Parts: sequence; C-alpha cells; structure tokens
Amino acid sequence: MAEVLVYVDHVDGAVRKPTLELLTLARKLGDPVAVHLGPNAEEAAKTLGEYGATRVLAADAAEFADYLVVPKVDALQAAYDAVSPAAVLVPSSAEGKEIAARLAVRIGSGIITDAVDLDASDEGPVATQSVFAAAFTTKSRVSKGTPVITVKPNSTSPETASAAGALEELSVGFGEAATGTKVTSRTPRESTGRPELTEAAIVVSGGRGVNGADNFPLIEGLADALGAAVGASRAAVDAGWYPHSHQVGQTGKTVSPQLYVATGISGAIQHRAGMQTSKTIVAINKDSEAPIFDLVDYGIVGDLFEVVPQLTEEVKTRKG
Amino acid sequence: MSLRIVVCVKYVPDATGDRHFAEDLTTDRESVDGLLSELDEYAVEQALQIADEADSEDGAEITVLTVGPEDAKDALRKALSMGADKAVHVEDDDLHGTDALGTSHVLAKAIEKTGYDLVVCGMASTDGTMGVLPAMLAERLGVPQATLLSEVSVENGTVTGRRDGDAATEQLSAQLPAVVSVTDQSGEARYPSFKGIMAAKKKPVESLDLDDLDIDADEVGLDGAWTKVEDAAERPPRSAGTVVKDEGDGGKQLAEYLAGQKFI
Ligand SMILES: Cc1cc2nc3c(=O)[nH]c(=O)nc-3n(C[C@H](O)[C@H](O)[C@H](O)COP(=O)(O)OP(=O)(O)OC[C@H]3O[C@@H](n4cnc5c(N)ncnc54)[C@H](O)[C@@H]3O)c2cc1C
Ligand SMILES: Nc1ncnc2c1ncn2[C@@H]1O[C@H](COP(=O)(O)O)[C@@H](O)[C@H]1O
Repeated sequence: MAEVLVYVDHVDGAVRKPTLELLTLARKLGDPVAVHLGPNAEEAAKTLGEYGATRVLAADAAEFADYLVVPKVDALQAAYDAVSPAAVLVPSSAEGKEIAARLAVRIGSGIITDAVDLDASDEGPVATQSVFAAAFTTKSRVSKGTPVITVKPNSTSPETASAAGALEELSVGFGEAATGTKVTSRTPRESTGRPELTEAAIVVSGGRGVNGADNFPLIEGLADALGAAVGASRAAVDAGWYPHSHQVGQTGKTVSPQLYVATGISGAIQHRAGMQTSKTIVAINKDSEAPIFDLVDYGIVGDLFEVVPQLTEEVKTRKG
Repeated sequence: MSLRIVVCVKYVPDATGDRHFAEDLTTDRESVDGLLSELDEYAVEQALQIADEADSEDGAEITVLTVGPEDAKDALRKALSMGADKAVHVEDDDLHGTDALGTSHVLAKAIEKTGYDLVVCGMASTDGTMGVLPAMLAERLGVPQATLLSEVSVENGTVTGRRDGDAATEQLSAQLPAVVSVTDQSGEARYPSFKGIMAAKKKPVESLDLDDLDIDADEVGLDGAWTKVEDAAERPPRSAGTVVKDEGDGGKQLAEYLAGQKFI
C-alpha cells in the first residue's frame, strides 16, 4: 500500500490532537508514516503507532527551535525523498501552512490548505474545503506532483488503529536558507487550564457587548461550568479585553465545536468565517436584529449581564 | 541607495458582498465588487512606517505590486493614495485561474524585475485565505522569511519583529533582503487623505504581461494550475432556530434547551 507522510505537531513529544486526526484521515489514503521533529520522539512514537503510524521518522536538532520554519522544511523534504509518499499531510496551523507551502514549491507540487475532509479517488486524494466564510463547500484535487495538503483541526474524530510505529532516524542536511531567520527569543503561552480553543467540544465567546476586560470572568465562569474553551470577537480583542490567541474568525482561529455560545457578538461575516460550521449555535444578544440570530439554533434576545449569570447558575445546578 | 520596498497587494471580492464561483469554478472577480484586501492595507501601512524610519540617507521607495485583472488597478490606486510611491500591475488574460504556486512564480519574477530589499505581504488574502504566498516567495527568491509579524522594524539592514504563534510568542531577526508578512495586529492602517488621493492619480503604474516577465503561458492560468477545483456547492442555509426574548428567565430557558441537547 502507498505511504502517506504525516507531519507531527507536538509539544515536547506530547502529540497534539490535530495530528491524531490527520493520522485517522491519512489511513483513508494509505499507510501513514509520521515525521517527528524535535525532542522525545520515543514517547511520541507510542501514540503515533496507536493511531496508525506504521513508521515514525524522527530527527532532532537545535536548528528546529533556533530558526524559523526552513529547517523543518529541510527535514520534511528529507522524509519526502526517503519515502516517495502518495501525499504529504500537515496540520493547518500558521506554521504548518508555511512548511507545506515551501515544500510544495521545492518539490513542484500543488498545495491545498485548510481541508476539512479527505477522500481517496483514482486520481489521488480529494480534499473538501469550506470557503468564502463557509458559504461554499468545495472539492479539490492536486493535479500536478505529490499532493501537499494541510488539514484543519477538528476535521474528524481521532480513531485508534494499532500499527507498528517503528521509530527510524531521519538524517537531515540543512541548506543555506535554514539559518536565514533567527528566533532570538521565545515566550511560551501560559496555559489557562481550559480546553484548547480549536479542539474544544464547547466554545463560549464574548464580544463587544461584554464591555470590558473586567467583565470577561463572567464569560469564563460560563465556560468553566460547561467545560468549554473561551473565545472572543476581534472587537473584544482589539479593545484589549482578551488575548488575541483567543480570537475566533477570519484572522483568528476557526472553531467547529459541538456547541458555540456567542455572547454580545453581532455576527459579522469575518466572525462567522471562524464559527459557522459549529454543530449547534446559541447566542445571547440584546439586539433582536443582530445577524448572529440568522445562524442560531437557539437565541435569547436579552442583556447578557442578566442572562449569562442565570445560565451559569442553572448549568451548575443541573450538573450538580 | 534608498531602501527598496515592494508591497504585494491583492484585489479581492468584497467579503461583505455576495461572493461566489464562476462557471469554470474560479472565484468570480467580474460580477462582484472588489477592493484592496483589507489585510494588505496592514502591509502597506507597515511599509509606510518602515519607510518613514528608514535610516538610509536616501530614505525608501515603496512599490506596490499586484497580480490580477484590470480592476485590480483600484487596489493599486488605494495603496498609492495611502502613500506608496509607484505601482506595478501584472495583467495578462492567460493569468485567469492561476493558483498559489503559479501566483508565487509570477510575483517572484515581478519582484526580481522591480528590484527589492524588502518584500512586505499581508498575512493572507481575504478570498483564498491560504496564507502561503509569503513563504512561497521567500522560497522562490531564496531570501529569509520573517512572517506573521505583529510588530516589525528595519534597522541597519536587519528586519526584526514579533511573531505571535499558537504555542509561543517569538522574536525574529533576519538580514535583508527578506520577505515579511504582517498581521492585522500590527496597527491600524491609515485612511488616504484627500491630498493622498489627488497625488495618487499622478503616480506611475507600470503594466507588465507574461512576456515582460519571461513566463510561458502554460506555466500559469487554469490549465497550468497545480490544483483543480472539481466542485463548489453553496452551503445550505442553517435551518431557522428558535429566538426568544428574555422575560427574566432567559438563562433558565437556555439551560433547558442545552440540557435537551445533552450539553449539560
Ligand atoms: C479583514 C478583517 C478581518 C476580521 N477578522 C475578524 C475575526 O477574525 N474575528 C472577528 O470576530 N472579527 C473580525 N473582524 C471584525 C468584524 O468585521 C467585526 O467588526 C467584529 O466581529 C465585531 O465584533 P463584535 O460582534 O464583538 O462587536 P459588535 O459588532 O459591535 O457587536 C456587539 C454586539 O453586542 C451586543 N450587545 C451589546 N451589549 C450587550 C449586552 N449587554 N447584552 C447582550 N448583547 C449586547 C450588541 O447588540 C451587538 O450586536 C475582521 C474585520 C476585517 C475587516
Ligand atoms: N494576486 C496577488 N497579487 C499580489 N499579492 C498577492 C496576490 N495574492 C496574494 N498576495 C500576497 O500574499 C499574501 C498572502 O496571500 P495568500 O497566501 O493568497 O493568502 C497577501 O496578503 C498578499 O500580500
């Protein structure tokens, strides 16, 4: 069976959920071969094997952390040369897309970004994408070269499928470009203890209606009662009420949870671009004309400062 | 010599309007209102600020570059009215349907022809939203990429900036020539002044076609593309939901609904 390269996104060897989703999708196309760059490959290989990776090609070097993107491209290309895969799959993070982009140029292959599903066909993988702020669903194919496809988080639910996960060392020679952009410092983002925004089953978001950083604990309180991640509109982020890493929308994160709760958010097209594909959408807004109500399964026209505390209390009571 | 900055700007369908596909499954750019991609306004803005602070004695010269149909001139005019010095428009009927790989090829050729020390891009185009062009340009031009910066400055031939990633905030540094892209966190873009709009009318807009760039027609366009859209279907509208007015028990009603859906 053909092999499919899967680029692994991990934190110090802890494989992140989007990679497990990628392995699950990769199995529709062939045997997944994972590419692990950085430390703790052994720990990662166990998980990768559980989710179907037949082989795990691993390389570790200081360059991966000290310089931007290009060393990882060199390594992925080395894996590509070694494996001659049927396709290369990369998680659709900002960095993932850049790695994929440069690889595509190098190997002269077409690239598809932000796929939400993949299917096999006689002519190679068919990628489903959600475009124009999720107004259209497209099916596309790479028509020249080896398909390079980036896949959005939450595109499928990870399924285990035990495979060997055989750890092999990948030898990587860095090109001249590898050291072009130096990472002079790195400050890891502090963990909030809440679920990761793009991975969460429930997201509670606050917008301009929250009216101040001091009121965001109200949104966090509801999120915690529901076991949800916290999101924010760009208006709330630009006002400095909540960190940009929580922004939902075109220039923030795309989320596709089981439940999205929008509070004090009008529902501008750029916000919708990031949440429109959520399974169930609920909104609280005091303006009955707000466009967000066009999307909702259930909406409350009311003051969030009244509705949210009552809802939070009720959720807590019901959960016991 | 002055610092030569090339800003890549895209002319895109207005996101607040009705966007759709043409019959050949390319983005319809003809029957819809277009404009300078808002995310590229941030690129123009940062270029203007870098030019203002340029330490070379001759200051800086900003060229705005677009690959796009005739109407894409509107995007160039807007960028010129914000304060860019001149514009290059790559326009050729054979370009219709070019994908990311092809566009990066054309842009790279046009950037080389123009001459550059710094290329500034937006973080993503608002229509294709790929966010891959800047990395592709750096790869093709063989220069460093310092991308997705929310803060950027250029001093002594070095570009530095802050990149807010998913897992960490990074400080980057690279020697010129380089390609940068800036995010919408990099700072409000200025509005063109009346004076700027008047001045833009007199600024030079150079038009280039594929011949001028030594590019064969079969390397670009729909037929030359590396990817193929096979189907585009409008997403069915969400079925109308229940909207109720809060009469004092809205929170409880909502909890009832969520419980019914098994979220609690
Ligand atoms: C290129 C570009 C990219 C963009 N990217 C994004 C993006 O990624 N994400 C994003 O969110 N936006 C994005 N935007 C901005 C977007 O266009 C909107 O400006 C933004 O989403 C508005 O945020 P908001 O809904 O919180 O604020 P508003 O539109 O001001 O809406 C606030 C809402 O809160 C309601 N409200 C006020 N007080 C209360 C109360 N007490 N109780 C209940 N309801 C109340 C109001 O009725 C109103 O509907 C982008 C814009 C551009 C041009
Ligand atoms: N046709 C184009 N002409 C000029 N610049 C472009 C074009 N397409 C993309 N760009 C630049 O590349 C950036 C990223 O675009 P993309 O990778 O298409 O999302 C944009 O913000 C622009 O700066």
